Amino acid sequence: MIHEELTDASRARRTLTGTARMLLALKLDGPLLIGLALIAVYGLVVLYSASGQRLGMVLRQVGHLAMGAAAMLALAQVNPNFLRRISPWLYAAGIALLLIVAGIGYIGKGAQRWLDLGVFRFQPSELMKLAVPMMCAWYLRERPLPPSLPSLALLALLIVVPAGLVVMQPDLGTGTLIMAAGALVVILAGLQFRVMGALAALAALGGWAGWHLLHGYQRDRVLTFMNPESDPLGAGYHIIQSTIAIGSGGVFGKGWMNGSQAQLDFLPESSTDFIYAVIGEEFGMLGQVLLILLYVFVVGRAIYLATQTQDTFSRLLAGSLAVTFFAYVFINTGMVSGLLPVVGVPLPLVSYGGSSMVTLLAGFGMLMSLYSHRRLIGS
Amino acid sequence: MIRRPERPEVSRSFRWRAHCALGLLTLAAAGLTWRAVNLQLVDHGFLSSQGDARFTRVVSIPAHRGMIADRYGEPLALSTPVDSIWVNPRQIAAATEQIRRLAAALHLDPQDLEQRVTSNLDREFLYVERHLAPAEAERVKDLGIPGVYLSREYQRYYPAGEVSGQLLGFTDVDDEGQEGVELAFDHWLAGEDGEKRVIQDRYGRVVEDVESIRQARPGQDLELSIDLKLQYLAYRELKRAVLEQRARAGSLVLLDVQTGEVLAMVNQPAFNPNDRDQMQPDLYRNRAATDILEPGSAIKPFFVAAGLASGEYSDRSIIDTSPGYIKVGARIFPDEQDLGRVDIATILAKSSNVGMARIALSLAPQLIWTTLTDVGFGRVTASGFPGESAGLLSDYTHWRPIGIATMSHGYGVSVTALQLAQAYATVGALGMRRPVTLVRVEDPPPGERVLAEPVCRELLGMLESVVAAEGATGKKAAIPGYRVAGKTGTAWKATAGGYSTNLYMSVFAGVAPASHPRLAAAVVIDEPGAGLYYGGDVAAPVFAAVVGSALRLLGIPPDEAIAVPADEQPSAASLDRAPGTLARR
Repeated sequence: MIHEELTDASRARRTLTGTARMLLALKLDGPLLIGLALIAVYGLVVLYSASGQRLGMVLRQVGHLAMGAAAMLALAQVNPNFLRRISPWLYAAGIALLLIVAGIGYIGKGAQRWLDLGVFRFQPSELMKLAVPMMCAWYLRERPLPPSLPSLALLALLIVVPAGLVVMQPDLGTGTLIMAAGALVVILAGLQFRVMGALAALAALGGWAGWHLLHGYQRDRVLTFMNPESDPLGAGYHIIQSTIAIGSGGVFGKGWMNGSQAQLDFLPESSTDFIYAVIGEEFGMLGQVLLILLYVFVVGRAIYLATQTQDTFSRLLAGSLAVTFFAYVFINTGMVSGLLPVVGVPLPLVSYGGSSMVTLLAGFGMLMSLYSHRRLIGS
Repeated sequence: MIRRPERPEVSRSFRWRAHCALGLLTLAAAGLTWRAVNLQLVDHGFLSSQGDARFTRVVSIPAHRGMIADRYGEPLALSTPVDSIWVNPRQIAAATEQIRRLAAALHLDPQDLEQRVTSNLDREFLYVERHLAPAEAERVKDLGIPGVYLSREYQRYYPAGEVSGQLLGFTDVDDEGQEGVELAFDHWLAGEDGEKRVIQDRYGRVVEDVESIRQARPGQDLELSIDLKLQYLAYRELKRAVLEQRARAGSLVLLDVQTGEVLAMVNQPAFNPNDRDQMQPDLYRNRAATDILEPGSAIKPFFVAAGLASGEYSDRSIIDTSPGYIKVGARIFPDEQDLGRVDIATILAKSSNVGMARIALSLAPQLIWTTLTDVGFGRVTASGFPGESAGLLSDYTHWRPIGIATMSHGYGVSVTALQLAQAYATVGALGMRRPVTLVRVEDPPPGERVLAEPVCRELLGMLESVVAAEGATGKKAAIPGYRVAGKTGTAWKATAGGYSTNLYMSVFAGVAPASHPRLAAAVVIDEPGAGLYYGGDVAAPVFAAVVGSALRLLGIPPDEAIAVPADEQPSAASLDRAPGTLARR
C-alpha cells in the first residue's frame, strides 16, 4: 500500500514535472496561465446568464478566447530582441493606421474606429495599446534613468499623439488606457516624484483645457458621474441601473440567471461593459470579491514576472503591461460600481468582445516571452 | 548582440516602484471591495427596493361592461373585445422608416404620426389607434416593429343599430356611459377593472404574473322592458310615416298598461351608435322623453276626466256648443262647425273646442290641476331616463279663465310623448298610475289610484267613439278586430313671436283593446310637410299599424272574442316569453 502510494506520488510528481517541462518548452508561465484561465471560465459562465442564455454568444466568445490564446502562444515564442527591434516600426505603423482611420472618418463624416479588412475588422487603437508602451520602453532602454527633461518631453509626445488620435475617434476609454500604458513605462523607469508632481499639476491644467475639447456626450458622462440622478433617463441611466443591480445582489447574490435587472434588460450593455454589475447582482459581494482576487493574483504574478526580467526594455514593457491590465480592471469595475465616470472600457477577459480579448492575451504573451527568454537575451 | 550590463541602481529603483505599484493595486482592490460592501451591505435594502420598483408593476385587468338585453334576452348592447395600438415614442422614434411602416399598416398619415411621436418623446405611452378588430391589430403586431404594443379593450356594439340608438345611448372610448340607458344605468353596467402585480422587462412586456391583487369584476347584465320585436316594428312604422309626411321629426312610445313597462320607444331622425362618424349631438336626444310639445286636443280627455270626477258631468251630459264659437275674455275660440247640443263623447269625437272650454270653465281649477298632475303631467316619470323633461304645467293659482280655456285645447301646457303615453296608460289601467319603467319588472307594481274606476270606464267609452263614431277625427286609428280608445291632437307649433299657422304638431294617443286595455301608445309627428297635418290623418295611422301589430304579436285576444273575465287574462309580460331569458338582478 505504502509502496503504491509512493509510486502514485512519484508518478504525480513526474506528471507535474512533465507539465512544467511542457510549459517551459512553450515559454508559458503556469500560475499566470491558470489565473487567466480561471477568469476566462468565470467570464463565460457569467456571459451565458448576462446574454440571456444565448449559447451562440458564449460560443463566439470561446472563439475570441481561442484567437487570444493563439496570439498569446505565438507571441510567447517570439524573441524579446525581435519585439524590441520591431517596436518603433510597429509604433509608426500604428500611427499611420490611426491617421488612415481618421481620414476615412473625416470623409465618411462619422465616428470611425474600424478598418474593414474583409475577414475581420481591425481596430488600430487596440494595436496602440501594445505599441505605445513598447515604443516608450524601446526609447528608454539605453538612456540614463531617470530620464532627462528633454527625453520626457519627447516621451510625452510619443504618448499624447496616438492617445489624442484615439480620443478624437472618439474613444475616451481606449485613449485613457493608451495614455496610462505609456505613462506607466515612464513612471516605472524611475521618474522623480517632483517631476511626477509637476506633471500632475500639468495634467490638472491639461484636464481643464481638455474639458473644452471633449465631445458633448463625453462631458455629459463626466457630469453625470458627479450626479447621476440629474438625468435618470438619459446619461445617468447606466450608472443608476448598474448600482441598483449590484446593490440588490446583496452578499450572496440572487443566483445564476436570476438577476432581475440583467435578465429583464433594465441593465444596459449587460454582456459587454456592464457585465460586472451582472456578477454583483447574481453572485453578490462574494462573487465580486472572488473576481477581484483573481485579478489581483494575475496582476501580482505579472508584476513578479516583470521584476524577474533582466534588461530595461523587458522590465519596463512587462511592468507596464501588468499594471495597465489592472488599470483596465479598475477603470471598468470602478465605472460600473459608480466610483469612476462612464468610459467605454470592457472588463478584461469577461466582457463579450474580440478586440480587447486578443490584445490583452497578446500582451500577456509578450510578457511571458520577456520572462521566459530572459536567459537568452544577448546570447 | 552584446549583453547589456545590469545597472543595479536601476534594478533597485524598479523593484521599489514595482512594489509601489503592487501597493497601489492592493489599495485599488481594497477600494473596489469597500465599494462592493457599501453597495451590497449598507445600501442593499434601498437599492433592492429600487430594483424591484423597476420591474414590478401593477397593471389593470380590463373588465367588460354588462350586456343590455331586451325583455326576452335579445342583446341590445354588447361589449366585444378590441385591441388598441400604442407605441413607446422613445423606442419607435429611433427609426423613421418603422413609423412609416406603422402608418401604412394603419392607413394613417405618416407625417402626422411622426409628428405625434416626436412631440411625445418625454412619454413612454402613446395611443396610435384605438379599437381595432383583434385580427387587424394582430396583423399590425406581426409587422414586428419595435416599440409597438397592443392593449385589450372592450367596445360596445349595438345589434339593433339606429332602431335603439337614442334609447340606449352609447359609451365613450373609455367604455363609460354617455347617453341614454348606458348613462342611466352606468353604475350597474360598468365593470370594475381588476389589478395584478406583474414582472415586466424594460420594454413593458409582461414576463410573469406575480399575484392578483383584485379580480376584475365584469359589469352586470341589464334586462330592459323593451321588446325588441315591437321596437323594430315601431321604428319601421314611425320612420315610414315621417318620410311619407316629410316631417321634421317623430316619436313613439308604447307602454304596457298593466305593468308600466316601456315596450318600445323610438324616434326619428335616428343615428346608428355603431358608426361614430354619424354621431351628431342633435341626434342623440331621445325626443320621446326629452322634448316637450303642446299636445293640442290630445289633452282633452283629462279635462273630461276632471269633469267626470267632479260629479257634474257624465256620459249622458249634454253640452250646448252653439253658436260654434265661445268668447272667453277678449278671445274667441271657434269650432270647425256649429255642432249644437251634443254629448261629451261627441265633443271628444269631433274635438269641439267650444264644448271643451265650457266644461273646463265650469270646473274648479284645483280639480283640473290635480287631475292633470295625477296622470303625470308636469313632472318627470319614474323612467330615470337621463335628461327627461318634466313638461310645463303652471300652478292653478295663476290660472285665469282664458288660460283654462286655452289649456283645455292643449296649449299653454307642455308634455313629453312619454308623459302622454303614461297618462293614457293610467286611464287604460282604470285609474291606477303605475311608474313608467325601462327595466323589465317581474311583479307589476300595484300602482297608485289617481282616477276612479267608473270615471275611467266612462272616459274609455267616450274615447272609443273618437275612433269608431261616424265622422270622428280618429277613424284612422281603428284596428280591425280590436276596439281602440284614443284621442287625436293637432297643435300649431309655437314659434318666435307667437303660434305658427302652417307648422303643426300631429299627435295621437290611446289604448287598446278598449274593453280591457293592455297597450298604450303615443305618436307624435313634428311638422308634417306633405299636406296632411291633422293628428287623425298623420299620427293615427301609425298608432293603428304599431298597436295593431303589437296586439297580434303579443297574442292579445280581440275585444269581440273576450270570453274570459278580465282579471284572469295573462299579462303582456308573461306572454310570449322566450326561453332562456336573462336572470334579473
